[in-house]
Amino acid sequence: MQKIKLLLMLLMLSGISPLVNAQATFQVNDVANPKDGHYAFTNANIVKDAQTTVQNGTLIIRQGKIVAVGNNISIPKDAVIIDCRGKFIYPAFIDIYTDYGIIAANTAQQNITSAAAFFRTQQLTSGTKGAYGWNQAIKSETEAHKIFSGDDPKAKALRDIGFGSVLTHQKDGIARGSGAFVTLADQPDNFVILKDKASAHYSFSKGSSSQSYPGSMMGMIALLRQNYLDAQWDNSNPITEGVNLSLKSWNDNQLLPQIFEANDKWNDLRADKIGDEFGVQYIIKGGGNEYQRIKEMAETKASFILSLNYPAAMDADDPNDLRFVGLDDLKHWELAPSNPAAFEKAGINFCLTTADLANPTEFMANLRKAIEYGLTEQKALDALTKAPATMLGMYDKIGSLDAGKIANFLITSGPVFAEKTVLLQNWTQGIKNAVKDENWYDVKGIYNLMTNTIGGARAFSLELKDAGVASFISKDTLTGKYSFDGKLVKLSYTEGRGPNAKETILSGAAAGNVWNGRGSDAQGNVFTWTATFDKKMEPKADSVRAKQPLVLGKVTYPFLSNGWEEMPKAESFLIKNATVWTSEKDGKLENADVWVKDGKIAAVGKNLADPTARVIDGTGKHVTAGIIDEHSHIAAASINEGGQSVTAEVRIADNLNPDDMNIYRQLSGGVTSSHILHGSANTIGGQTQLIKLRWGANDQDLKFAGADGFIKFALGENVKRSSSTQGNTRFPDTRMGVDQVLMDAFQRATDYQHAWKAADENNKKKGATPITVRRDLELDALVEIMNKKRFITCHSYVQSEINAAMKVGDKFGFTFNTFTHILEGYKVADKMKAHGAHASTFSDWWNYKMEVVDAIPYNAYIMHKVGLNVAINSDDAEMARRLNQEAAKSVKYGGMSEEDAWKMITINPAKMLHIDNKVGSIKVGKDADLVVWSDNPLSIYAKAEKTMVDGIIYFDRDKDAAMRIQNKNEKARLIQKLTIAKRTATPGAAGAAGGRGARPRFEIINTCSDHYHSHGLLGIDADDVENNN
Amino acid sequence: MKKIFLYTLCIFMVTNIAAQETILPALPQNETIALTNATIHVGNGQVINNGTVVFKNGKITEVGAAVSAAGAKVIDCKGKHIYPGLILTASQLGLVEVPSNRATVDGSEIGEMNPSIRSLVAYNTDSKVTNTLRTNGILLANVIPAGGIISGSSSVVQLDAWNWEDAAYKTEVAIHFRMPSLLNRRGGRGGGFGGQQAPADPVKTGLEQIEKVKVFFREAKAYLAESKHENTNLKFEAVRNLFDKKQKLFIHCNIVKEMLLAVDFVKEFGFDVVLVGAVDSWQIADLLKQNNIAVILNQLHDLPTMIDDDIDQPFKTPFLLQKAGVLFTINDDDGNTRYRNLPFNAGTAASYGLSKEEALSSITLNAATILGIADKTGSIETGKDANMVVSEGDILDMRTNIITNAFIQGRQIDLNNKQKQLAEKYETKYGIK
Repeated sequence: MQKIKLLLMLLMLSGISPLVNAQATFQVNDVANPKDGHYAFTNANIVKDAQTTVQNGTLIIRQGKIVAVGNNISIPKDAVIIDCRGKFIYPAFIDIYTDYGIIAANTAQQNITSAAAFFRTQQLTSGTKGAYGWNQAIKSETEAHKIFSGDDPKAKALRDIGFGSVLTHQKDGIARGSGAFVTLADQPDNFVILKDKASAHYSFSKGSSSQSYPGSMMGMIALLRQNYLDAQWDNSNPITEGVNLSLKSWNDNQLLPQIFEANDKWNDLRADKIGDEFGVQYIIKGGGNEYQRIKEMAETKASFILSLNYPAAMDADDPNDLRFVGLDDLKHWELAPSNPAAFEKAGINFCLTTADLANPTEFMANLRKAIEYGLTEQKALDALTKAPATMLGMYDKIGSLDAGKIANFLITSGPVFAEKTVLLQNWTQGIKNAVKDENWYDVKGIYNLMTNTIGGARAFSLELKDAGVASFISKDTLTGKYSFDGKLVKLSYTEGRGPNAKETILSGAAAGNVWNGRGSDAQGNVFTWTATFDKKMEPKADSVRAKQPLVLGKVTYPFLSNGWEEMPKAESFLIKNATVWTSEKDGKLENADVWVKDGKIAAVGKNLADPTARVIDGTGKHVTAGIIDEHSHIAAASINEGGQSVTAEVRIADNLNPDDMNIYRQLSGGVTSSHILHGSANTIGGQTQLIKLRWGANDQDLKFAGADGFIKFALGENVKRSSSTQGNTRFPDTRMGVDQVLMDAFQRATDYQHAWKAADENNKKKGATPITVRRDLELDALVEIMNKKRFITCHSYVQSEINAAMKVGDKFGFTFNTFTHILEGYKVADKMKAHGAHASTFSDWWNYKMEVVDAIPYNAYIMHKVGLNVAINSDDAEMARRLNQEAAKSVKYGGMSEEDAWKMITINPAKMLHIDNKVGSIKVGKDADLVVWSDNPLSIYAKAEKTMVDGIIYFDRDKDAAMRIQNKNEKARLIQKLTIAKRTATPGAAGAAGGRGARPRFEIINTCSDHYHSHGLLGIDADDVENNN
Repeated sequence: MKKIFLYTLCIFMVTNIAAQETILPALPQNETIALTNATIHVGNGQVINNGTVVFKNGKITEVGAAVSAAGAKVIDCKGKHIYPGLILTASQLGLVEVPSNRATVDGSEIGEMNPSIRSLVAYNTDSKVTNTLRTNGILLANVIPAGGIISGSSSVVQLDAWNWEDAAYKTEVAIHFRMPSLLNRRGGRGGGFGGQQAPADPVKTGLEQIEKVKVFFREAKAYLAESKHENTNLKFEAVRNLFDKKQKLFIHCNIVKEMLLAVDFVKEFGFDVVLVGAVDSWQIADLLKQNNIAVILNQLHDLPTMIDDDIDQPFKTPFLLQKAGVLFTINDDDGNTRYRNLPFNAGTAASYGLSKEEALSSITLNAATILGIADKTGSIETGKDANMVVSEGDILDMRTNIITNAFIQGRQIDLNNKQKQLAEKYETKYGIK
């Protein structure tokens, strides 16, 4: 036993297994047949790596390893010589993103965007049996090398396109355990594993986990974050945790290269950000749309794994279907092949993978397309050899043709990426795999053919050309055919035409330059023949037409209609002679000017002057502060984490989505800031994010800097899951229970805070045994609330729940900063005032569910009259465009003054969000978030003509009119291109994969799952995505 | 337990029900009334400044600038505006009380072909929603059944009634055909609130279902040609009026392909076809005009169909239809605001191209024409029912839509509602009245 171990260790250390043989420990059912695979490949163009080529060189391999490479190398006597004259040798390709040889997990349960776990029975605990962690999607304990078994048909498919080794792992779960690095040799599994634990894997997909949590992008991020903390804490072997094999594996895996499957440009950034928090630099598996935000990709400093999976061309033959095709989908179809080139140009390290391709055979064609779009061949080779090997820290063993490395190499007929080049052989671990061996000899050329027929010898000059065409030239030139399979040859020629044509057929075998065989003529007479190679044919003059230069659309920010080609910059503006609604004590100023400089309001008054400023004539127009929407769900990848009743750890900030057309649409309604709230799926939801509607900005630049943190709470029907179609199993099921969820959460947070305090005090004492407290991100957020570092906005409807919530706040010493929806606020306005709460409500929604049957449109007015600070919010992507009209309804319902009504969407929400020192009114020094209206902004006839954020005009109705034409023209251009692509595509070529109908561009819109929305025909509630996928 | 139940019931009655229950339908008009000194918006595009309307026994007898109010009870409307009662063309008012509460929902019947279903018989005159519509100027509503492919017939009701028989203004005005979607949703996305699984090939499935409807009508036509039947077919009987053009076919559909197939029903069966929804109707407005097809725009305050569409496309669709000469009406089927923003939907259309009077027609006379009641209502003209509202200002703008009087068939109706009563209750509590 000891001995075996020693032997195995030696094998591991040498990094390479013996060749072809049975394993040392295994019994032989035969006569032993030891070989050492000693070969010399001579006269080849050897491309050692992307930078180095040896002309007419020799490659020597032995026992699966490269022994020597170069010119003037003496060939050992016991080496088999393979003459590679005219051929090229390359290091075999490496794919580090596969699940080769791993049994796929059952991912039927997959539900990445499952806010709609909302309507389902919830699974609150892990379904994995054993001493593993609490969450079923954390599968750090998975070890690919223990569930790996070679699969030669799959290996062959990869070898046939040039791959020799792969990193493989089980693509299941958010944490997926370790990957194994294996070769694609058709050998016992014991020999092909080059490294058993070569990598650790993560993703944003729950995979086979059926557990409800996490049910959202931000939930997955929060789970990963907490897992990093828990794993660190677990190192102290806490008694309260027992044995947690998932955490132990998690810790063990930390030393490996960390690979994150993100699959989308924004997800790439999200993943990188998690890594940054814990000192981890992930290698990121991208999604192919990274070129749309290449600057941000470079800023991650990550290495990327890129697939070459381009969208297929859609059918372009039906204008009524094309009506529903998105400009962004068309643009992506056009630009996707430019992704690798964009990485190269930006200097970002990357490797290439076959992952995501419907069929590996598409790989080479798609790679050539990437080269056509600007990827250099040198970089392409690097990305298939050195780069992936280096990412895994294995370049000392594989990835180039250098002595000592594993003998994984390709023999090709020409430069590896050239279209006509044939991959002849793919050697893995020193073992030959024939790919197109029949093309080893290039038989094209001129031969002297002699046929020994009964009538005597007949001589031809035989020309073998491309595509099996042969010419038999004696007196006349006869046309014929030939085929060659590497050894056996067939020839034929025709004499005469039409029905009288006579066919002579010949076949034989090749022995070097001389071919011999037997033939028969049209009369059945048989004869022998001999053909001897004479010379190559003169190459024809290069008739290849110059390629059309690529005409490509531009990347815009965001990658949607109306995006910017370049982000706009702040300007100085002077808005002259307008009616200015200040939302301040000054009220409404007639014929006033507003001066904007450096993104701020520089002055408000009459006859202002600044010769450098762009003048906007405000005559007859109204100028207001930008609208602030206290309750919005736009611009986020997920909104609801409903997997548990308390999810204070999740953060909208983790998953902002700048590619949301609603940002632009809402700018057109005068909105400049939106408070993006978690949904109402649970009592304590997630942390919110305040954004400014900076159309085109990236996820970080959307954020409203320096604002207080908020968190969403919710009460009533949604959190007790009254709408659940399959009954509710999650506590609470009543408003009594909701009260207890709050009491329990804050009691735990209180105790947690005490525990930290006690530990800190203890740990300061000399000689004291240190106390470790588990850091709990959920409780951290609640502690922040109690310490007035984070503030609540609470979804609420009926008076009993509002009252009860405030009592919990009173008990634990915090205030419910804002009650949102608060449709029965008018019943407890006096109590809310005493508590110190603000109110953010709808103008006139009611009766769509039981808890709003007493909602009244006078609510805002009564709360305002009682003395509350009241805002009108949208909670709806459509209505947010018309918040001015919603505010105006309080003029109708209750008779509120117009100025007070206007404040409900400007300074009042600014106050409740603690940003009234920055925005919400027209006051010198505040941010220049301004709207120029065509009319009294409360009028149904008013339109926002210009909307400015930080002194930048992000929406301009005149520019919008011009953009509409531009969008239309760009779409028309792309549809024309699509038509041509469909017409000229050869089956199997890149981008032509299969026909498919024009696909409608649905808009997935997040909501808090609370009420109806008018989101258009193609708007899909994110909650319904899961149900329908 | 019983006690608690009783107790809750009592509370409910005291706080919620009692108040609304004192809002009684008005008695028939028993004296001639003249509304004077008002700006009269006739509904057909005309405006009469400083005009007078006189009505007697529920009918308008005189309207104009030089009309005498002698002998009538005068209501001085100086500075105010008079409009025809607004008409909500397609809603489930009185069928669906609280949408999330199944027991209060009588909106959709089971089955695919239900032409004999009648919305009128389930119309609840005591819905809490109704009075909140009157307060915003809506006096008539077409109540439509949903569900299946042929959903049944809708009827127009007037919003001041003791029961559905009193409420009936015109019965069974239309049969509703919900055309299956021909949107290519392959890839499996449905859409909408609680969206359903899309079929594998939705277009093929849709076309098959549409053909089924045609087969139904062909069979109905043959059946109706013979007056004697051993076995009576109620479904066929229910569509008799369609063939007689006494009833219209309301086809609920949205995209061009669907609307083009809707034209088939004009051509093959000669039906009077009205499209409901029709968000893309602006794309084939000329074809609709050629085929005399009217349009009900369901929800103006909607996001554009396509992410790339003009941001204001739904707002300007009415203008594009108007320009092409298509007869259309604007509706409000909003699930949250419960239909009461109809005038503001029209107001939005007015700020995106329609004139204010055209916008008004789109929710009055056009609606009446489409519903086949233009002989009785939809405009302030002599001989028509006195269905009118008086507003302090522009009825299309929420700032000025303040309804002071409303008359249905001459009866001056109570403009109180549950919400006003709740407001009053708490204004009293806080002493802010």
